[in-house]
Amino acid sequence: MKLVTAVIKPHMWDAVRDALEAFGVNGMTVTEASGYGRQKGHTEVYRGAEYDVALVPKVRVELVVADDDVDDVVGVLVKAAQTGKIGDGKVWVSSVDTVIRVRTGETDEAAV
Amino acid sequence: MVHADTAWVMTSAALVLLMTPGLAFFYGGMVRVKSVLNMLMMSFVTIAVVTVLWVLYGYSFAFGGSDTRLFGGFDNFGLHGLSGGPVLSFVAFQLMFAIITPALISGAIADRAKFGAWVAFMAVWTTIVYFPVANWVFDFGYAGDAGAGAGWLVHWGVQDFAGGTAVHVNAGAAALAVCLVLGRRIGWRKDPMRPHNVPFVLLGAALLWFGWFGFNAGSALAANGLAASAFVNTQAATAAAVCGWLVVERIRDGKPTTLGAASGAVAGLVAITPACGFVSPIGSLIIGVLAGGLCALAVGMKWRFGFDDSLDVVGIHLVGGAFGSIALGFLSLTGGLLYADRDAALLGKQTVAVLTVGAYSFVLAYVIAWVVDRVIGFRVDEDDEVSGIDLAEHAETGYELHPSTGSGVRTAASIARPANATEEESVNA
Repeated sequence: MKLVTAVIKPHMWDAVRDALEAFGVNGMTVTEASGYGRQKGHTEVYRGAEYDVALVPKVRVELVVADDDVDDVVGVLVKAAQTGKIGDGKVWVSSVDTVIRVRTGETDEAAV
Repeated sequence: MVHADTAWVMTSAALVLLMTPGLAFFYGGMVRVKSVLNMLMMSFVTIAVVTVLWVLYGYSFAFGGSDTRLFGGFDNFGLHGLSGGPVLSFVAFQLMFAIITPALISGAIADRAKFGAWVAFMAVWTTIVYFPVANWVFDFGYAGDAGAGAGWLVHWGVQDFAGGTAVHVNAGAAALAVCLVLGRRIGWRKDPMRPHNVPFVLLGAALLWFGWFGFNAGSALAANGLAASAFVNTQAATAAAVCGWLVVERIRDGKPTTLGAASGAVAGLVAITPACGFVSPIGSLIIGVLAGGLCALAVGMKWRFGFDDSLDVVGIHLVGGAFGSIALGFLSLTGGLLYADRDAALLGKQTVAVLTVGAYSFVLAYVIAWVVDRVIGFRVDEDDEVSGIDLAEHAETGYELHPSTGSGVRTAASIARPANATEEESVNA
């Protein structure tokens, strides 16, 4: 099993969710996150005083998928989250040893 | 004074009262989440404390009927001897001025003043600075039976229709003094101290604008043509000031901001306050647009000179109030340089009034703040300032924030999902 973690633009979240659902993904964990990459934050001006705001709001999407699905899921996710502009985010995949569904006690692929 | 006048003055008093909660939101939106309640409370508690002082001795100190021209007197303690619509409506109207003036000062010391120390400072400053200065400017010899004489500034011929000196220069000079005594906030210049709720700021500015019609037009103390003239002039100057501020921002910063529009409105209201009963509508537009532009530049002074006037009380109230008062020397229809055949007498008097009130307030505010700091300490502990003054001073937080819901996350949809489809589940194999 693999954990897919995506950090994306907040306004792309709806498109990503719709694309993943259409593919057959049933659930995921979503958190508000903040950070920066190559775009290096932004500038805000209040009464003439400029503030460099280092952290940009992002949404972090995490989902555990079976090994066979991981390439397709990542492909769908990246396609949906892409605007082509700087700050689109990142997706990474890591291995997961064990998954347990709390309600039934099912393990691993059956719990995914 | 006929009944209609009494009704207008009472209505105006209620309008002016609304300005202080409006100010609280104007200021409250500009601070960070961790100090919004303290910012609101510094204004709100001023309503409570100054009202008590006013009834006990404040009205008497300001309008108590002595003929010193510097100070009211001792005859009306507990509002003793005052009855009837005209006098009591004047008591109520002037009370609201006594409330908002010290409340204005609180913007200079955001995030860092002990609440008890603020109450002590505010009560003492109102007693020994505001009440006498109100006598100098506002004692027209009007105050019913008690009005034996007029304050020295108004008697001398200084024009201040609704308190450019007594309210705005007074509060602005005190704000400069008290922020110098307290010093800068931890992280000033380094940490971003962004407004946490700009909509609050605009809402507060709108409430101030609304209430200011009572402040300015009510200062005619009658439901007459002078009041209506002040009303029109107030609107004209405020609108022009919004334009002035936004133009400066557009040129200097590239973007006209919401905070700038709100600030420009207040700058215009401040500047037209002394002038609204003495100038033409065109004169009001001139005062407004110049005040908006001037204050937009003046709020940069604190960065150059290094004083943490957190919410720009100096840049808007001291500068705007002084500008409006001195502009009367040129634009007053009765004695202004442009109308009175190059007679500079009024210009001189206006300048003296600004300098006198400003110096009196600055010096005494500095001394009072210094004594409060020595006796009980004016600033909260460093830890409390960093973690947030709301929790430290009031044991409350302004908002219950859930960090995992909010902008960009469609929470309503996920709530609507079936209860047995828990979030970690995904692809069918």
